[in-house]
Amino acid sequence: MTASLFYLFAVGLLGASLFVVLNPNPMYSVVALVFGFANLAAIYFLLEAYFIGALQVLVYAGAIMVLFLFVVMLLNVQSDADHPSLPRVFRIGSWWFGALALVFIGLFLLLVGRSALALLAPSEVPPTQIGSVSQVGEALFTRYLLPFELASLLLTVALIGTVFLAKKKI
Amino acid sequence: MNAADILSTLPELVLTVTALGLLLLEVMGKPPRARFVWVALGGVGLALGLEFAVPSEGQFYAGMISVDLFTRFFNVLFLTTAAGSLLISVPYLRRTLEERGEYYALTLFATVGMMFMAKAHDLTITFLGLELLSVSLYILVAFYRNRVRSNEAGLKYLLLGAFSTGFFLFGIALIYGSTGTTHYDGIRLAIGSGEQLSMALTVTGFGLLIIGFAFKVALVPFHMYAPDVYEGAPTPITAFVSTGPKVAGFAAFLKVIATAFAFTTQHWWGILWILAAITMTVGNITALRQDNLKRMLAFSGVAHAGYLAIAIMVGSADSAFALLFYLAAYAITTLGAFGIVSLIEGEDESGLDMDSYRGLARRSPYLAGVFALIMLSLAGFPPTAGFLGKFFIFSAAIDEGYTWLVIIAVVNSLISVYYYLRPVVAMYMQEPADESAVAVPAFIVPVLLLVVLVALGLGLFPMSLVKNSIAAAGSLF
Repeated sequence: MTASLFYLFAVGLLGASLFVVLNPNPMYSVVALVFGFANLAAIYFLLEAYFIGALQVLVYAGAIMVLFLFVVMLLNVQSDADHPSLPRVFRIGSWWFGALALVFIGLFLLLVGRSALALLAPSEVPPTQIGSVSQVGEALFTRYLLPFELASLLLTVALIGTVFLAKKKI
Repeated sequence: MNAADILSTLPELVLTVTALGLLLLEVMGKPPRARFVWVALGGVGLALGLEFAVPSEGQFYAGMISVDLFTRFFNVLFLTTAAGSLLISVPYLRRTLEERGEYYALTLFATVGMMFMAKAHDLTITFLGLELLSVSLYILVAFYRNRVRSNEAGLKYLLLGAFSTGFFLFGIALIYGSTGTTHYDGIRLAIGSGEQLSMALTVTGFGLLIIGFAFKVALVPFHMYAPDVYEGAPTPITAFVSTGPKVAGFAAFLKVIATAFAFTTQHWWGILWILAAITMTVGNITALRQDNLKRMLAFSGVAHAGYLAIAIMVGSADSAFALLFYLAAYAITTLGAFGIVSLIEGEDESGLDMDSYRGLARRSPYLAGVFALIMLSLAGFPPTAGFLGKFFIFSAAIDEGYTWLVIIAVVNSLISVYYYLRPVVAMYMQEPADESAVAVPAFIVPVLLLVVLVALGLGLFPMSLVKNSIAAAGSLF
């Protein structure tokens, strides 16, 4: 069961990623990316890394993709329709694509529900599971303390650069 | 984490705090900006002092970094490069009225990134250090916001750099997937004991790592960004971009190959052989046709990356020592070369062509002398440090039986003599357009003295650096 689910979500992830690259319309690409992230989160759930899976949904599929959508809309990016587009089967309009998406969403909700139950009932959680809240937190502040701090320094530098290069008057 | 951990990263902490302090000073606007450079140089000096005053040895932060003679050698080199680049920048920034706290702070952040690349003992840290360095440099390249070329260079560097980062990260992911760890020792043990998932996965991951490093040190065919970025960036930043990432990239590359893979990935040696050969050839042949000094030095940097790739590929203790020696000589002389280019450069990026160097020997004899010395060292004339560096690399390669590669390298060195001597000929054998002397600001003088000390002093009396490089390289094996 788990193996077949894994292959299903892996195919979904690959398909969505291909769609992101191949589709000429940036709006569709962003939506497909959300779909791809949801599939990735599902794979995390399958690995019983519930916390990381939830973070994947919240941070990537949620917050970051909303930002992407805003940028695409604000910049008013035109789809480069002149360029040869992808084969018909990948187009959003085709009926089977919608049906497939529905199947994936259903399965995803099933998994989320199952993992939510697992998160709520800690006694049933297998002791070997990786990526629980406490384990991630402990790893982050012991073994991975230095990478954690370096990553924050990296983000600071990126922030300085953004403000410095993009602000009209400094 | 305990006190020993903090002590092991004391120089990096000092630099980080100095950089953040500079940003604060910029926001407060309190001391005049002319003092900022002294704060930055103070931070670098303190870090350099702490490197010797508080020596540590071993692995720290749960094995994330390792500190030994190798990392100290490179930290001293990084800090010297940073100090030199700061000194070169000051007159340029003041002339163009762009002196700001962010400039100094970003230079320091980039240095912290380089230092962590050398110290890294886990691919996570290698990656984060590389990114810290790269992101700081993207911003610095585009620092002149009102210059179109500076912006263009920054954008090109960012896009291509992000692309290469993807390769690097994917390589790490594959290695992790195969060996189950990102720790250098863990990877070596997994490969040695055959406990890895599949050799093919590890080898593919390692190949992707090579692409990531090759981009950062500008090996052909991943060098396409280099000439445009070097030409578009403000000249003192070109000095920093052409030395810092190259030295740090080769340092991390050598450490990964020696420590994590223990030179076991011979699958890629053929690829590295070809990379080294075409990098030297393309770099030197293209440099022949350049009339713009910045572009010429950019392609010369590509060619030098080719010589250095030989040392990586040979992979013996001798070649590792030669790599360290060569990097030290190359970094300091290139820094000086760009420093002098930034002095000759006029308003609006004029004065970068060969004609601007006509008769420089009559206008400013000392400056012309130092520039000629740099060119001779880069070309590898005895008795300069550049000659010794090439000699050590080539002899290490011959010892391991790479005769054909050395023949290609020697032919390339001969070709390079032509374009290195062009500015020398212009300086000494042609009439100047005007007789006025070039003003040499006091900030550049220490850099020029250091260049003479390294290029000529180490060429004549190399033993001090040789001993240090051998000791530093020895801690990898």
